[in-house]
Amino acid sequence: MAQLTMVEALNKALDEALREDERVCLMGQDIGVNGGVFRVTKDLQSTHGTDRVMDTPLAECGIIGTAVGMAVHGMRPVAEIQFSGFTMQAFDQIEQNMARLHNRTQGRYTVSMVMRTPFGGGIRAVEHHSESREAYWVHTPGLKCVIPSGPRNARALLRAAIECDDPVIFYEPKAVYRAFREEVPDTPETIELGQAEVFRTGSDVTLVTYGAMVRPVKEAAEDLADEHGIDAECIDLLTVSPMDTDTVTESVRRTGRCIIVHEGHRTCGVGAEVAARVTEDAFEHLVAPVRRITGFDVPFPYFQVEQHALPEADDIIEAVRDAMTWD
Amino acid sequence: MSIDPHAHTPPIERRSSHESGEVTPPPHASAFSTRAIDPGRIECLQILDEHGNVEQGMDPGFTDEQLLDVHRAMVLSRAFDSRMLTMQRQGEMGTFAPNIGQEACMIGQVWPLTKDDWFAPSYRSFGAQIWRGWSMERLMKLWAGYHEGFVPPPDVNDYPFSIVIGAQVPPAVGTAMAMRRRKEANCVVVNFGDGAFSQGAVAESLNFAAVDNAPVIFVCENNGWAISTPLTKQTRVESLAIRGMGYGVPSIRVDGNDILAMMVATRDAADRARNGEGPTLIEAVTYRMSLHTTADDPTVYRDEALVDPWQDRCPIRRFEAWLKRRGLLDGAACDRIKADCEAQVLAARDAFRESAEAKPREIFDYLYVDTTVTLERQKAEYFKRLDRKGVE
Ligand SMILES: Cc1ncc(C[n+]2csc(CCOP(=O)(O)OP(=O)(O)O)c2C)c(N)n1
Ligand SMILES: [Mg+2]
Repeated sequence: MAQLTMVEALNKALDEALREDERVCLMGQDIGVNGGVFRVTKDLQSTHGTDRVMDTPLAECGIIGTAVGMAVHGMRPVAEIQFSGFTMQAFDQIEQNMARLHNRTQGRYTVSMVMRTPFGGGIRAVEHHSESREAYWVHTPGLKCVIPSGPRNARALLRAAIECDDPVIFYEPKAVYRAFREEVPDTPETIELGQAEVFRTGSDVTLVTYGAMVRPVKEAAEDLADEHGIDAECIDLLTVSPMDTDTVTESVRRTGRCIIVHEGHRTCGVGAEVAARVTEDAFEHLVAPVRRITGFDVPFPYFQVEQHALPEADDIIEAVRDAMTWD
Repeated sequence: MSIDPHAHTPPIERRSSHESGEVTPPPHASAFSTRAIDPGRIECLQILDEHGNVEQGMDPGFTDEQLLDVHRAMVLSRAFDSRMLTMQRQGEMGTFAPNIGQEACMIGQVWPLTKDDWFAPSYRSFGAQIWRGWSMERLMKLWAGYHEGFVPPPDVNDYPFSIVIGAQVPPAVGTAMAMRRRKEANCVVVNFGDGAFSQGAVAESLNFAAVDNAPVIFVCENNGWAISTPLTKQTRVESLAIRGMGYGVPSIRVDGNDILAMMVATRDAADRARNGEGPTLIEAVTYRMSLHTTADDPTVYRDEALVDPWQDRCPIRRFEAWLKRRGLLDGAACDRIKADCEAQVLAARDAFRESAEAKPREIFDYLYVDTTVTLERQKAEYFKRLDRKGVE
């Protein structure tokens, strides 16, 4: 067991995949000698060579489009887009080919590839470096979208994503990249895609979240228990598409209350989907309205003010207390 | 137009190592006419050699005042650069992209523009932005994470700089297309890097400009690097100017560390644009002498010995050598200008410190011309949060 950061854990998963499966290859901007701007691919090129760990030209549409072609012809590319803000340049290839070729060819071709990209705020970055646009991928039929929250599940989920026969968007919460270390086992492990994790059990309210927001949710849950005698159940979705509705609704049937927390914009965000499913599947158990604590429907604010626009534990505590007294 | 690209490739020394990322500056132009841009072939332009000599008959004849203005602008750009690095290290700035060594590209590309022309910069263009009338205080705010830094000053027709590589290029062409339709004798300059030239948006833009005969000047600042990616991994052509030819855009390769060549090339491109002769591509060959940004560590991926030869090609030093020989400057005058520029930057820093103010209550503003009900409700919720936190 080693104590790893999320960056190191992802590096480990990639290294293992490259060693175990000769079909796996990595591609992206500055991922070779530089090891990626966040160092997720550190030393992988010197270990595995330039054909398996490729520095590409500065063209996201080209990266994803060619990765699709490699996947169709039997390889398992893991493409890195330097920041999720620059996946927009690749939207064409994601939508037209990555998500659809399997369907267009009625299963004749598979697109077994992963697009990794860091997302989210909290690192005092310039514009276009802090967005959370997972809703685009959730909204696109044919894609899976996975969002780890810590070093250990990042390593296990990335392994599962690479093994997955369908195209996976692997969205990495960069605020967590080096935020803390965690025990990561030496032997490989996977987490099944599409499986949420209940990381705290409770009986009063269900808090649903993922990615970097897991930490403020955890903090809020502890505070609610210590200061207010409120027992929150906390769910980390881990895969936002396909969404593990059953784990969420099963919990809400017991607690009667549901609050969703994410950084991404509210309108048509993941929280909207969770709320709709809870209303459809657990309506008769609800004792308070489902609430969303999310990023607002504005461009991600400049970094001098970003901290105010990101959900915090206090926002969650306030919403939970409202829900407890709702009638 | 002749279409054998190799016939028109400027004679460039072969790179010593394929992966080294070395960029050799264009050789001295053998012939120079008053019109630097020949639509039929790619000319290679250098006027001021590395020792600050101008060959007989090559002097473009700029006035003393013009020469001293651009000199000061280059010195100011460098003073701003080094102060920003200091402020970044002291925690006053966010990530910052220095452009030391690229001052001749910077100033040369916007030098012939008037107030009614437009400039669409990438993020490494502060020297040019200052020349265009963006105050240094405003640019400091931008890099320090205040929204107002992106707002063009009232009398400046420019786009805010683009962080997204290549994204500024299509709108720049569109603005030029509008100029032609509005029968204005103006032009647009858009700059981007060697890495940006790999983006589809840039390719599409060249084609639109050519097809529309739009009055736009594409300035590709080829500084040899896109973060850790050397030019040799970005492209297999030796000169990016060749790409313009493929779209029917007259193209020229310029020594980007030669301010006189940059001024001549941009002036001629602007004249062509204003005369209805359409777009031009200028490949300015220069070098990224410093960090990609303050978040970058070039020692991981490049041998710093590669930078050494570029010290001798310093655009400021070589221009000063020539200005001194012409009797326009002497050592004392150079020192005085440098001190003046540094003082100007310090004054801007002080003004920045005085006026920089985080305005968390503004994040809902300016999203729509007419705001929406949903947004107003979210804003109320957000204001409640700020009140609870005691944030003004
Ligand atoms: C569309 C897009 N992809 C990736 C990035 C990340 N990025 C920022 S600067 C840069 C390299 C740019 O190189 P170049 O165009 O040569 O300009 P230079 O930095 O040399 O001025 C990259 C990859 C980005 N900002 N936008
Ligand atoms: Mg470059």
